[in-house]
Amino acid sequence: MPVKDRSIDELDWNDPTKIPFQVYTDESIYKLEQEHIFRGKTWSFVALESELKDAFSYKSTFVGDVPVVTTRDDKDAFHVWVNRCSHRGAEICRERHGKSEDGTFTCVYHQWAFDAAGECVGVPFRRGHQGKGGFPKDFKPSDRPLQKLRVETLGGVIFASFAEDGPTLEEYLGPEMVKMMKRVLCKPIEYLGVTRQYINANWKLYTENTKDPYHASLLHLFHATFGVYRSTMGGGAEVGGPLGMHSLLSAFTIENEDKSEYEKGDIRTYDTGVKLVDTSVLRVTPELDPVFTNHIQSIFPSMVLQQIHNTLAVRQILPKGVDQFELIFHIFGYEDDTPEMRAERIRQMNLIGPAGYISMEDGEATELVQNAITADPNHHSLMAMGEDGDKETLLTESVLRAYWKGYQKIMGVTKS
Amino acid sequence: MPNISVTLELKSEVENLLNAYAQCIDDDNLEQWPGFFTDDCLYQVIPRENHEMGLPTAVMWCDSRGMLEDRITALRHANVYQVQWYRHLISNPVISTDDGDTFNVQSNYAVFKTCNDGESTVYNVGRYVDVIVRDKGVLKFKERTAIYDTHRITTLMVIPI
Repeated sequence: MPVKDRSIDELDWNDPTKIPFQVYTDESIYKLEQEHIFRGKTWSFVALESELKDAFSYKSTFVGDVPVVTTRDDKDAFHVWVNRCSHRGAEICRERHGKSEDGTFTCVYHQWAFDAAGECVGVPFRRGHQGKGGFPKDFKPSDRPLQKLRVETLGGVIFASFAEDGPTLEEYLGPEMVKMMKRVLCKPIEYLGVTRQYINANWKLYTENTKDPYHASLLHLFHATFGVYRSTMGGGAEVGGPLGMHSLLSAFTIENEDKSEYEKGDIRTYDTGVKLVDTSVLRVTPELDPVFTNHIQSIFPSMVLQQIHNTLAVRQILPKGVDQFELIFHIFGYEDDTPEMRAERIRQMNLIGPAGYISMEDGEATELVQNAITADPNHHSLMAMGEDGDKETLLTESVLRAYWKGYQKIMGVTKS
Repeated sequence: MPNISVTLELKSEVENLLNAYAQCIDDDNLEQWPGFFTDDCLYQVIPRENHEMGLPTAVMWCDSRGMLEDRITALRHANVYQVQWYRHLISNPVISTDDGDTFNVQSNYAVFKTCNDGESTVYNVGRYVDVIVRDKGVLKFKERTAIYDTHRITTLMVIPI
């Protein structure tokens, strides 16, 4: 039987520890994900409020494959609409970000104009000229708004959903995730800029990466080399949301940590005597409660809220076809940062993003998987570490199993 | 502000610095790379988008020669990445100076990257904005900002630009 012809319902994944590779390589599954996940009953990150400081400022991005624009109106309400003119379908907003001086957004093709909320407010030559041409008499611009998404915010982060009858944002996130997001989003934040990466792998491989505490000290040798993170630290892996699709990995230093597994010498590059000249990037200045060295919170499908040492960021995952995704770090601080804390955050930016000492390998790891699985979609990976519901260990794949269980439900996989 | 004219001799000295810097990286002599900077320095690789909006986020940010050395220590001993080579092309340097001691230089760059599969790609394109000073008789970078247009970095950046 040709492997490629299997539908998502025909995949062999009754064993929750085995994930068929076809879910990362199949174009038809990718298209189903766009419909069931990104345009389904989920909430996607679109912007930080502080990216849109002024009335009528805007930012263009994507929800899944669909181009969208987020705007702030003159009453400080946020709107998200599909970046597609309601006349003939042209892209309206062509800049990544900016500000509309008069509060309107005009399609260049036939100059239809829309307000910040996406209402159609202007149609040139609507009545034609000298009694000839124009739209029918009963045509009303107000009948042709842009396609709007639902919008909600949490702690200065703006989310959008295509689902008109889906859960509220808080229902979708679940109380545990809301509580822990507020650990980081505890006071007004200030946007400090963006980094963008293109990675040649399926987007879900990156989602997995952010739910996988096992790799952190093993792939990211910087951690072990400079003694800043070990899987023997305090920490945990927590699942959240009604479908178990969200998660939080946290790590903190503990007294009397048992490092013997590292000291045996089986793990590459542990304590090799290599030293940094400037150790300020390794420091964690306590500022959040509780004090974590790492807070990696994966909010399905498109967002990761992170605190690594004193760096703060919202990562956004944008699928760009079955084997490519864009990874965007929106880096922020707090409005009330002291000059010293702000300087510390800027120095520690060396830890994260595409050139980050402890994040640069993640994209490459997903490519290693994609490269090796593409030829064999009927093989599978193994996610068997730890017990389901594990909370207090970093040596578990329980969060990944919960994720894939939720994925099957959300994708409407009919077999059990 | 007086703008002292730039002599051909100075122009050639600055160009030598720009070229030697590029060659050092392309030849994988990365241990020598911090030596192109003064002890107290600023090196950053920043997306054009952030630079134009006055936002500080850079992908590499080092404000001392020690931090530059750390970049190389991490690259050699800690970070994990596939074998890769850079090839820098530098062009159009424009030099100005107000006092004859500090030189403001802007030049264009293109970095091609080749990995083990043998394909060379245009990896990172942008401009260098430099502040160059004389340190014990030798021209060095007091500030070097690589402002890149290629805002979608392919996979990762480990070698400095």
